[in-house]
Amino acid sequence: MKKVLVLGATSAIAQSTVRLLAARGAALYLVGRNAERLDAVARDARTRGASKVETEALDLDDLAQHEALVERATVALGGLDGALLAHGILGDQEAAQRSFAEAEKVLRTNFLSAVSLLTPLANRFEAQKAGTLVVISSVAGDRGRQSNYVYGASKGALSVFLQGLRNRLARSGVAVVTVKPGFVDTPMTADVKKNALFATPDKVARGIVRAADARKDEVYLPGFWGPIMFAIRGIPERVFKRMRL
Amino acid sequence: MELNSWGRYPRVTEQRALPVTWTTEPLPRPAGGGSLLPYGQGRSYGDSCLNAGGSLLTTARLDRFLDFNPATGVLRCESGVTLDAILRLVSWQGWFLPVTPGTKFVSVGGAIANDVHGKNHHRAGTFGRHVPRFELVRSDGSRRECSLEQNRDWYEATIGGLGLTGLITWADIQLRRMSNPYIHQETIPLSNVDDFLKLAMESEQDYDFTVAWVDSLGRGRNLGKGLFYRGNHAPPQFDAVPLSKSHLSRRSGLAVPFDFPGLAINRLSVAAFNWLYYHRQRLNRTGLVHYDPFFYPLDGVHRWNRIYGRRGFLQFQCVVPANDAGTAALKEILDRGARSGMPSFLTVLKMFGDVPSPGMMSFPKRGMTLALDFANRGERTYRLVEELDRVTREAGGRVYPAKDARMSPESFAAYYPERERFAKYVDPAFSSSFWRRVNGAG
Ligand SMILES: Cc1cc2nc3c(=O)[nH]c(=O)nc-3n(C[C@H](O)[C@H](O)[C@H](O)COP(=O)(O)OP(=O)(O)OC[C@H]3O[C@@H](n4cnc5c(N)ncnc54)[C@H](O)[C@@H]3O)c2cc1C
Repeated sequence: MKKVLVLGATSAIAQSTVRLLAARGAALYLVGRNAERLDAVARDARTRGASKVETEALDLDDLAQHEALVERATVALGGLDGALLAHGILGDQEAAQRSFAEAEKVLRTNFLSAVSLLTPLANRFEAQKAGTLVVISSVAGDRGRQSNYVYGASKGALSVFLQGLRNRLARSGVAVVTVKPGFVDTPMTADVKKNALFATPDKVARGIVRAADARKDEVYLPGFWGPIMFAIRGIPERVFKRMRL
Repeated sequence: MELNSWGRYPRVTEQRALPVTWTTEPLPRPAGGGSLLPYGQGRSYGDSCLNAGGSLLTTARLDRFLDFNPATGVLRCESGVTLDAILRLVSWQGWFLPVTPGTKFVSVGGAIANDVHGKNHHRAGTFGRHVPRFELVRSDGSRRECSLEQNRDWYEATIGGLGLTGLITWADIQLRRMSNPYIHQETIPLSNVDDFLKLAMESEQDYDFTVAWVDSLGRGRNLGKGLFYRGNHAPPQFDAVPLSKSHLSRRSGLAVPFDFPGLAINRLSVAAFNWLYYHRQRLNRTGLVHYDPFFYPLDGVHRWNRIYGRRGFLQFQCVVPANDAGTAALKEILDRGARSGMPSFLTVLKMFGDVPSPGMMSFPKRGMTLALDFANRGERTYRLVEELDRVTREAGGRVYPAKDARMSPESFAAYYPERERFAKYVDPAFSSSFWRRVNGAG
């Protein structure tokens, strides 16, 4: 990935990934909601060696903007061969249980906006027969649990969408990388009590770049989540529905 | 999350972490009230980076580089950036830190707030001298760019200001040229304190870096026995071509996995360590050493502070004048340390030069500086450290707040007469465990 569009660039995982890409001299188009924050991330990337950094402050919930955004990024970087979708919200499960409006917010940001961005990106990459799409999903999308099934559903839907997209794009040489992080110590999880399962954004970022370089289909980060989720998916629903997870 | 200081004494549990992530946003306000204190990497030893009952503004996420000019060597970065990250960015481009403490795992904010010194104090002065400007954010929401030209009083109060004047959000650092990552080092055996004095004075002219390691068990004729190191960056290895990144050390990954039992550090283990160290190092008297082991011998082992056990340890670092009274005090401190039955594991001696610091409360001043560390054995250890504090005070020296857990309010007042002027710059919403202690308020 040499010319990369980064969506949700001020998130902790995206920032760490941007640093690694910058150190290799990549050209970057960074998108986030807050212009001042974006500016700090952009300056960091430039100082670390990015060959070019452009920023755009935009609320990605505004789906109508997406096509034009992809176009602007492509023009600004003189082409595009990578995209990292890192924007997302955790939402509030209890609020989402009470009101659909809250659930809709989570689904819009985590799923609909990803589909809306991936559509023009996939078409462009398919036409140029090259490129890597890296999308941050979550282990929470592997099985619905009472404690966060709305978030889980948004990520589960995203993972399935990516499977299909990967299937479609395989013949044109475009890689679709589904990244499934476990718990990451970021501002998103600031209120969650930390334990040994938490990984740093830097560690996850190194895994993302490795997976993108290797054009992996799907990665759990850190890797130990692979076997854990395999086991969790294997629990019969009959038993699972009685568990408190 | 439990935030401790490096010495893990005193231990403070009742304090909250308030992460600061963006320089442009207002300081977080603690929900239940209470005071604030910036916290960098917690590499201070005592309680100067702790705030019992209050909140710590943690800066680990304030770790972005903002600009680097490879022609002038001026780096602008956020205050949570570590010296390690800076070395990784600039060393292969031919630049090095102007001043560095004995560990690279400290933040820029922490290095400014303690106005840290390195092995080149006699040449370069303190870290703060190489920070032409920084931004200070106060709890009232005000922001000041501070330099010798702008807001000079705030500049002087904040360098060495112990985190009490507000939060430093970003800083400029004037780096120094380095055209070879290797140091040409000479190791010279020392038989006593007088030897050290002579050698240190005589080396100031021609050597950028000087420091001595002392066998803390030496007494009588052997008081101050040890090894003197001096060195310079090796001559240029290249002119225009950048260094390859491959000189950057691979992290050893070695870490102390658990707290050692409290008695691991005793007379015997210290004696054995000192003997081995003395004899191993004597073998190679001159040669090239990579900057990493030269400046950061302890960084190869992560969390080495755990060898002192759960009760932690206390470091004591003082500076005494380079006169007869100072020399006598230095000898007395070494002797008390050796006699205490609680030998210091690592004893380091160095000469400070007279390059002034812009910092009002900066610790270094012309004289000899000695650092000792003691496993925490409770009252006995506290009494010993307090005795050393008294000896220092009577000799007209001073103790380093970054390493201190015990100095008395009387000592603090004697060491830092500038404190009254300084107090006017302390942010009303900021405080620290150290500050309350040395002001007799807790
Ligand atoms: C192995 C080892 C060797 C050492 N060698 C030396 C040495 O040779 N010379 C020397 O001088 N010191 C030495 N030290 C001490 C160390 O350099 C200092 O304590 C340094 O200040 C620690 O930086 P930190 O980022 O960990 O800051 P902390 O310890 O977390 O904080 C130190 C002070 O800085 C303040 N502070 C932190 N960030 C900010 C900010 N953004 N704005 C305002 N204030 C802030 C804090 O409030 C506190 O008062 C050594 C320490 C260790 C562990």
